[in-house]
Amino acid sequence: MTYIKPKFRHPELPVNAVGYARKDYEGAISTLCGGCGHDSISGAIVQACYEMAIEPHRLAKLSGIGCSSKTPTYFLSNSHGFNSVHGRMPSVTTGAILANRDLIYLGVSGDGDTASIGMGQFVHAIRRNLNMVYIVMNNGCYGLTKGQDSATADLGSISKGGVPNAYMPIDLAGMAIELGASFVARSFSGDKTQLVPLIKAAMSHQGFAFIDVVSPCVTFNNNPGSTKSYDYVREHLEATAAVDYVPEKEEITISYGEGQTADVELHDGSRLALHKIAPNWDPHDRLSAIQRLHVAREKEEVLTGLLYLSKDNETFHQFLHTVDQPLNTLTEEDLIPSQEVLAAINADHR
Amino acid sequence: MKPTDIKDPEYFHRVVDCQYACPAHTPVPEYIRLIAAEKYTEAYMVNWESNVFPGVLGRTCDRPCEPACRRGRVEEEPVAICRLKRVAADFKDDPRAHMPMGPFPANGKKIALIGGGPASLTVARDLAPLGYELHLFDEQIKGGGMMRSQIPSFRLPESVLDEEVGYVLDLGVHAVFNKYVESMREVLAQDYDAIFVGTGAPKGGDLPRLPGRWDAPDHIHIGITWLASVAFEHTTKIGKKVIVLGGGNTAMDCCRTARRLGGEEVTVVVRSPFETMKASPWEIEDAMREDIPILNNMPPKEFVVENGKLKGVLFEKVEAVYDESGRRKLIPTGEPDVFIEADDVLIAIGQENSFPWIERDLGIEFGQWDVPVLNPVTFQSTLPKVFFGGDAALGPKNIITAVAHGHQAAISIDLFCQGQDVAKDRPAPTVNLIHQKMGIHEWGYDNDIAGDLRYKVPHLEKKQSLHDRKLEVELGFDPATAFREAQRCLNCDVQTVFNTSRCIECDACVDICPTSCITFTMNGEEEDLRTRLTAPANNLEQALYVSEPLKQTARVMIKDEDVCLHCGLCAERCPTAAWDMEKYLYQVTKAGQGCNTTLAV
Ligand SMILES: Cc1cc2nc3c(=O)[nH]c(=O)nc-3n(C[C@H](O)[C@H](O)[C@H](O)COP(=O)(O)OP(=O)(O)OC[C@H]3O[C@@H](n4cnc5c(N)ncnc54)[C@H](O)[C@@H]3O)c2cc1C
Ligand SMILES: Cc1ncc(C[n+]2csc(CCOP(=O)(O)OP(=O)(O)O)c2C)c(N)n1
Ligand code: SF4
Ligand code: SF4
Ligand code: SF4
Ligand SMILES: [Mg+2]
Repeated sequence: MTYIKPKFRHPELPVNAVGYARKDYEGAISTLCGGCGHDSISGAIVQACYEMAIEPHRLAKLSGIGCSSKTPTYFLSNSHGFNSVHGRMPSVTTGAILANRDLIYLGVSGDGDTASIGMGQFVHAIRRNLNMVYIVMNNGCYGLTKGQDSATADLGSISKGGVPNAYMPIDLAGMAIELGASFVARSFSGDKTQLVPLIKAAMSHQGFAFIDVVSPCVTFNNNPGSTKSYDYVREHLEATAAVDYVPEKEEITISYGEGQTADVELHDGSRLALHKIAPNWDPHDRLSAIQRLHVAREKEEVLTGLLYLSKDNETFHQFLHTVDQPLNTLTEEDLIPSQEVLAAINADHR
Repeated sequence: MKPTDIKDPEYFHRVVDCQYACPAHTPVPEYIRLIAAEKYTEAYMVNWESNVFPGVLGRTCDRPCEPACRRGRVEEEPVAICRLKRVAADFKDDPRAHMPMGPFPANGKKIALIGGGPASLTVARDLAPLGYELHLFDEQIKGGGMMRSQIPSFRLPESVLDEEVGYVLDLGVHAVFNKYVESMREVLAQDYDAIFVGTGAPKGGDLPRLPGRWDAPDHIHIGITWLASVAFEHTTKIGKKVIVLGGGNTAMDCCRTARRLGGEEVTVVVRSPFETMKASPWEIEDAMREDIPILNNMPPKEFVVENGKLKGVLFEKVEAVYDESGRRKLIPTGEPDVFIEADDVLIAIGQENSFPWIERDLGIEFGQWDVPVLNPVTFQSTLPKVFFGGDAALGPKNIITAVAHGHQAAISIDLFCQGQDVAKDRPAPTVNLIHQKMGIHEWGYDNDIAGDLRYKVPHLEKKQSLHDRKLEVELGFDPATAFREAQRCLNCDVQTVFNTSRCIECDACVDICPTSCITFTMNGEEEDLRTRLTAPANNLEQALYVSEPLKQTARVMIKDEDVCLHCGLCAERCPTAAWDMEKYLYQVTKAGQGCNTTLAV
């Protein structure tokens, strides 16, 4: 007669390289609807952080408003967190990144939070190439406010309300590529074998890493006629390639047929091994990625996997020429120029 | 793997680890919940149905259920299942109102029960209400067998035994005590429709060839004979210095009894290493608490007797060496022999069957070690109307095994007397599954998993208990502690039942499961599957629950039953009720029950 997560865990669970077990990355018990895709994404985040042996205190999770934005409570209880206002996660993250460039930033948002009220924030986060992972838990509706169609709902898609959606959808992944995001991927909450390596790759990436995760709202948008339901998405799934995250030191052991495997390098030395690559797609070629997305839309495919990864990109701190040391650790001494320096500067202006 | 057939009554039975391990398959979680609800009488009756002697077993059972308890796999110690049974017995009201009440209409059949231990008494309990006329013979003055003659009163008060033996005899059993049956031929010559032999394993092991054994016979005793003599008050004291030879439970009872009869320096000497001692860990612990040293790796070499007076025992020093095949040998270490002084020695080195009263030309065949040849399911001997059970059947075991045999023998005797086939017509166990959902976050059982560690049963002060052999050492749980201990039970009988066609593969159950039991993956052979699960699945004794292929991805749901907490969170989170928590009640068939297997899924 209770709803408390027992404290017992599997007795043989291993620990990762920094000595933490998976449970050390868990959060409070979820209060989302049972079966909500967002919970699976939380599970994938826990799994990815555990496997990457991230020390929880080295990560900050930030979110806006929505069921999706509530999820940071349900993972990484030992990490920093900031639950901001609707659509404002990017600007809060911008400030945090400015203040402390040393943390890993994980922004969590919804399709409403990003594609409607937060759209302005979203595009500027991309332009600034903030060094963060930006996950949109995309269910095509405003789950928290009872399922109204969101800006990512497909034309004609029918949610529980029963009225076909009259507007064209915004494809956040396509838009991110268009705006110059340096890492863009799409995935599905129901496919952790793909989602976990993508999250790990996104965390290894320096710069703005965007993952649009289709995440069914089991309560308001999982009915026949919806294009964001579990069965519709599963029936229409198509991947650019199967992905394997390969940590820095590990050799790639799996090898697929000639011409079907590629290996893309990430900034920290780790790699994404891509198998069974779709024809006419090169992860480093923005045009091919956009074209592939258009083909997918025409064929009514839900195209997942890595979509685009830029080879070289400058991030926010590089644009701003800030010092390497996190700004929040600079002391008065570091910040206030000495009399001599001040004199020299003044002399320059005379 | 093939999809799991949950309609097979044995599948979920295995998940209820304690009940499965109990020879009589007592529905343990069922009675523990009743104790938590302060329904002690009901809890007692659940036990009484299954094991006939809840008060006795709640103190003395070998408790094979506890090492099996799932709790021991997720934290340090199992639930104190046995001591909770005692709680039911201690705090119950008069249970007789819930028991069958004679006189029962006679069915015209007459059965002889030879021996009055737990095996025979169980047969009597099961057959009396069916109208059998039961004649029970025992050489002792009262019923109970070794429960009376061997188990000391400081572990089992006589009043508890009298009460529970009484419940059985009061069903209308014609008991003849002080009667040693001397000839099976004579019994067969009477008009019994069937005969049950529950005479135990009454012969205590001896060391007849050890030098000095027969030089001071009054001070060298056979342990079980001596314990019986103490129980029936023929022996009331023992010397100050006592050596007990042997490392089993009998040795533990001997040394503790000796402490209470005047033994001041009581030493247990075991020929083999401490780790391989047969005594239950808690019995060893209790002996050590009473200042009884246990010396190991010392086989006796000689009873040292001077001028007809026992001086002590000389021991050799050995070490255990294991050869490639794992066989143990005790090799002398070459150290000097050890002499230990003693006024009395108790030999507690095992027990054997002995049937001097069964003539060997009656058609009852005996095999190795004088054990009767029996059908292991029906307990029927090679003479169809004669059945065996308890220690008499398979050699010395324990009370709960004797009870389990008694139930099975009673079924056989009933079938035999009704002209049915004792093997083929055995009725299947009854099982049912009952839905437990009551509302949002509400289940028909308490699914909050208590984190408490095992509670210890309080003991009587040592000084006081050593003073009087009849004072019970263990005091039992009080109701408040009993409640907390009961809450440690994981309700393993509330099963996770999976409905493949409802599942939408949302992963909610996988994500919530605290012990990572659930995986959705492509099917494969068990060996391969066990390497691909969410968490290690190395306990091969626990089944993998495998679903049919799922609609959307053709994967299967695999649940490793090993460390499932039965917390119900999977069912709580499942949006489609593909998981359900269903209470599974498995009841071993009793004599007289028809063939009715019901499984409501
Ligand atoms: C010292 C000691 C301590 C033990 N402690 C425990 C314990 O703590 N827990 C536990 O579970 N088990 C314990 N046991 C084992 C347990 O007592 C036996 O396994 C159990 O009693 C066997 O039951 P039974 O019905 O087969 O036979 P028994 O209990 O041995 O009963 C057989 C009866 O038949 C009588 N009998 C034998 N031959 C004849 C005959 N020809 N005519 C008439 N009567 C006859 C005997 O006198 C006896 O009363 C202990 C055993 C010993 C020796
Ligand atoms: C400024 C402001 N406007 C409107 C709302 C009401 N509101 C709360 S959540 C939400 C939409 C959330 O949708 P989404 O981001 O897709 O999250 P979901 O619940 O679907 O995961 C809205 C409009 C609000 N909380 N604040
Ligand atoms: S309303 Fe929808 S999005 Fe919100 S928790 Fe429920 S299923 Fe998830
Ligand atoms: S009842 Fe369900 S959630 Fe709880 S431990 Fe068992 S499988 Fe996991
Ligand atoms: S929660 Fe229910 S519907 Fe979802 S995967 Fe588990 S069993 Fe299937
Ligand atoms: Mg949404």
